[in-house]
Amino acid sequence: MMDFNLTSEQKMVQDMVHRFAEQELAPNIEEWDEAEAFDLSVFDRMAELGLLGHCFPTKYGGGGMDYITLALVCEELERVDTSFRVVMSVHIGLCGLGILQWGTEEQKHKHLTPLATGEKLGTFGLTEPNAGSDAAAIETVAERDGDEYVLNGEKMWISLADTADTFLVFARTDPSAGHRGISAFIVDREMPGFESEEIHGKMGIRAGDTGSFTLQDCRVPAENLLGEEGEGFKIAMSCIDNGRYTVAAGTVGLIRACLEASTQYAMERETFGKPIAEHQLVQQMIAHMTRDEEITRLLVYKAGWLKNEGVRNTRETSLAKWYGCDASFRAAENAVQIHGAYGYSNEYPVERYLRNSKGAVIYEGSAEIQTLLQASYALGVRKDKPVRCELPGWPYEE
Amino acid sequence: MRYIVCMKQVPETTEVDIDPETGTLLREGIPSIINPFDEYAIEEALQFREERGGEVTVLSMGPPQAEEALREAVAMGADGAILLSDPAFRGSDTLATARTLAAAVGKMGDYSVILCGKQAIDGDTAQVGPELAELLDIPHVADVREVREITEEGITVERMIEGGYEIVKAPLPALVTVLKDINEPRLANMQGIMRANQTEIPTWGIDHLGMSSSDAGLEGSATEVIDVFTPEVGGEGEMIEGEPRDQAKALAGKLRDAGVI
Ligand SMILES: Cc1cc2nc3c(=O)[nH]c(=O)nc-3n(C[C@H](O)[C@H](O)[C@H](O)COP(=O)(O)OP(=O)(O)OC[C@H]3O[C@@H](n4cnc5c(N)ncnc54)[C@H](O)[C@@H]3O)c2cc1C
Repeated sequence: MMDFNLTSEQKMVQDMVHRFAEQELAPNIEEWDEAEAFDLSVFDRMAELGLLGHCFPTKYGGGGMDYITLALVCEELERVDTSFRVVMSVHIGLCGLGILQWGTEEQKHKHLTPLATGEKLGTFGLTEPNAGSDAAAIETVAERDGDEYVLNGEKMWISLADTADTFLVFARTDPSAGHRGISAFIVDREMPGFESEEIHGKMGIRAGDTGSFTLQDCRVPAENLLGEEGEGFKIAMSCIDNGRYTVAAGTVGLIRACLEASTQYAMERETFGKPIAEHQLVQQMIAHMTRDEEITRLLVYKAGWLKNEGVRNTRETSLAKWYGCDASFRAAENAVQIHGAYGYSNEYPVERYLRNSKGAVIYEGSAEIQTLLQASYALGVRKDKPVRCELPGWPYEE
Repeated sequence: MRYIVCMKQVPETTEVDIDPETGTLLREGIPSIINPFDEYAIEEALQFREERGGEVTVLSMGPPQAEEALREAVAMGADGAILLSDPAFRGSDTLATARTLAAAVGKMGDYSVILCGKQAIDGDTAQVGPELAELLDIPHVADVREVREITEEGITVERMIEGGYEIVKAPLPALVTVLKDINEPRLANMQGIMRANQTEIPTWGIDHLGMSSSDAGLEGSATEVIDVFTPEVGGEGEMIEGEPRDQAKALAGKLRDAGVI
């Protein structure tokens, strides 16, 4: 019943992404991180390689690969830098899979296909200046006007805000109905009233674009309402199940990167007449990284398996995300420690790993939010109810 | 026109044990890759096809698991693949391998160019390509670093020689073995990977090739590998301490004493 073998397809994708990241991203990452920018042609390459749609069904222009493959892609990308895994998280996890789960057939053909082919980039606009963890507190409003909605508000801390074309935007259609008054819209950057801006000065993920956007009397066709009016909060939460999965999978790669750098350095650096790898306290840090890499991977594979089976996995995904984010932050901290003063400078990549790893402890549900979630499941306070549209399992129906 | 690429699956590391019975490499448990030089041959064939049309077929003799390597080549863009696998092929030396490949090429119909990597990183003989050309009675150019032109009449290439290169023209069909400088092998993309996993890869055995067992495998081999080992790193290193000036002086003295300068 249990099978941890990767299929030949999965191995090929893993190998391809590994090579892509090593050959085309790794040589530039320090420069991009330093400059808080990166070459937009990376997206063209990702599209060419089929990475931007690999796990969407082929009938919408995707590669038809499964959810475990998505995890492998995230792991390999984040092994080089978190910024590239973030692209998978927002474009595939939060935006594309959200449309796949909740979209009508027509919406999927119209909005998912260009994401799958990489013609367009997608992202997710939930967070606002005054609403993060408490997503139900969003203030952006959408008012129906004939066959359009008029959106007004501001979204902040949005990955790819200044680069993406397609935005899954959450706004209030009923200001008095709390989380039941939120709806989801597919917004295009080209729509009048949309304006985006980059945020500079981030601690990590500096090669990735994070920004804000405003909607000022932005008119969105009613046909771009995803799901039904008032279903937005449920949609956001299911998108986050998919986003969190990609974040968790990425942390495996980040831990792996810390481990690779640390083992290499520990064998080269000598103190007290021997390589520091021979000091037990250094070994302990390395052992913890090994443990955490494997635990996180197992948690991710389990969540991925549930996704393939078409089974709800909010609880398992949250656990993987929570554990992986804390573990990768710890691994990066220890990687810096093992490198001593050299680790504290940008001569080695580990300080970048540490800066990058902090983000995931905050976004897509902070460590505190995951803690509360796990406790509420354990105490029986929280039980997942079926939603109107479930994420399709894999293999996809043709 | 058809381009045939002969490729081999090799262990990723050079530290492998050998089978005492057959004298060949033991591959169990070691990750396998496409012989790096062969990736360049595949890429070059794909570029021929892109420029001139036709199709690329990859051919490999090896154990059943070599099919993985063929699939990787299909993922890169090859149109088809054929695996030559039979217990009777076990223990082949370069001659028996070349005979088996030649028999397969004979079954494949017309072709214009056969491409091989310069050598396989496990055996390091660089013999199979040239031997195959001889058996097929076609011209070959080894150590090609660039293809200048390929037309109906022939192929013009730059071939590395000591201290430079020569420009060689050969009529078609011909065989070339390629160096790593020749191109930048592409990455497989998602579409290629999907196609690779749907592609039927036929396995041809000794009967299909119409070979006799005395021409194939250990029995058909002209050479016998007696031992394979990773050479020990010999010699003691000596560190010369001191200021750069003194270090240089000491080094020059030692080189002079050793008769090197
Ligand atoms: C690099 C980056 C990229 C991002 N990309 C996106 C994106 O693409 N789309 C998007 O919509 N958002 C995105 N975000 C926003 C992210 O999801 C939010 O930052 C996150 O939800 C936390 O919200 P907040 O920052 O407002 O913190 P707050 O919600 O204000 O929380 C502040 C602190 O209080 C704690 N806290 C909050 N509530 C509780 C509680 N009930 N009990 C205990 N502790 C609590 C939190 O854990 C945290 O430590 C991104 C953020 C970053 C840093």
